[in-house]
Amino acid sequence: MSNAAPAPRGPADRPTSPHLQVWRWHITMATSILHRATGIALYFGALVLAGWAVALAMGPDAFALYRAALASPLGQLVLFGLTACLFYHLANGIRHLVWDAGRGFDPKGADMSGAAAIAFGLVAAVAIWIVAIFQGGAG
Amino acid sequence: MVSYRTPLARARGLGSAKHGSGHWVAERVTSIALVPLSLWAVCSGLTLTRVGYQGAAAWAHSPLNAVLSILLLAVGFKHLEGGIRVVIEDYMHVPMTRNVALLANLFVCTLVGALAIFCILKVAFGAAAIPA
Repeated sequence: MSNAAPAPRGPADRPTSPHLQVWRWHITMATSILHRATGIALYFGALVLAGWAVALAMGPDAFALYRAALASPLGQLVLFGLTACLFYHLANGIRHLVWDAGRGFDPKGADMSGAAAIAFGLVAAVAIWIVAIFQGGAG
Repeated sequence: MVSYRTPLARARGLGSAKHGSGHWVAERVTSIALVPLSLWAVCSGLTLTRVGYQGAAAWAHSPLNAVLSILLLAVGFKHLEGGIRVVIEDYMHVPMTRNVALLANLFVCTLVGALAIFCILKVAFGAAAIPA
């Protein structure tokens, strides 16, 4: 060939979904990204849960230490964040199951269920923590 | 350019490995199981904030709590492994690092899940504390 052809582009050059650079932000996109982000956060949450089981099996001293760490301001902040992640991932997961059943795909319905999932995550987390604080002591 | 390979020969081995749907179904089935299990876990968490070591050990002695905790850990770590696997497959494209990440994900989820389940069983069956 006489003309220089452009260098072949491999898979690494192609944009990966979601196309954050080219798409206008909207709620269904935010809920999708949040679902992944909260899922990754819950990976850490599962490690915290497993750590609790290990501390319990190790005996009273280890358990008291672990409980004190969870009761610290940082521990409480992390636990609250994980509660919100769990409730959001739960609500949005149910939304995905409804989609799998072939329902709820209309744009307005998807927007509304997305807003509901985010609202549920925050409200349920705050509600559970109010209950926890009122019944005395968390951690 | 002319290829002497038939279209079928070129397509073979590139498509479905015949188990993609298994992963998809497993992710849905575990998510359905996790709806009641995670709600139970939050309720249990509320109960457990009020008690110390003795109360927590007594809690784990209950067959219902022990069985549901073990199910939560087993199903939860299975779901977690599947979810993080998809994230790795979507964003890591270099075969070597991607395979290392996939293996690490599988091993961490299996190891930590097995360890946590063992710990719940140990307390449930009332054995002495592991020396620290």
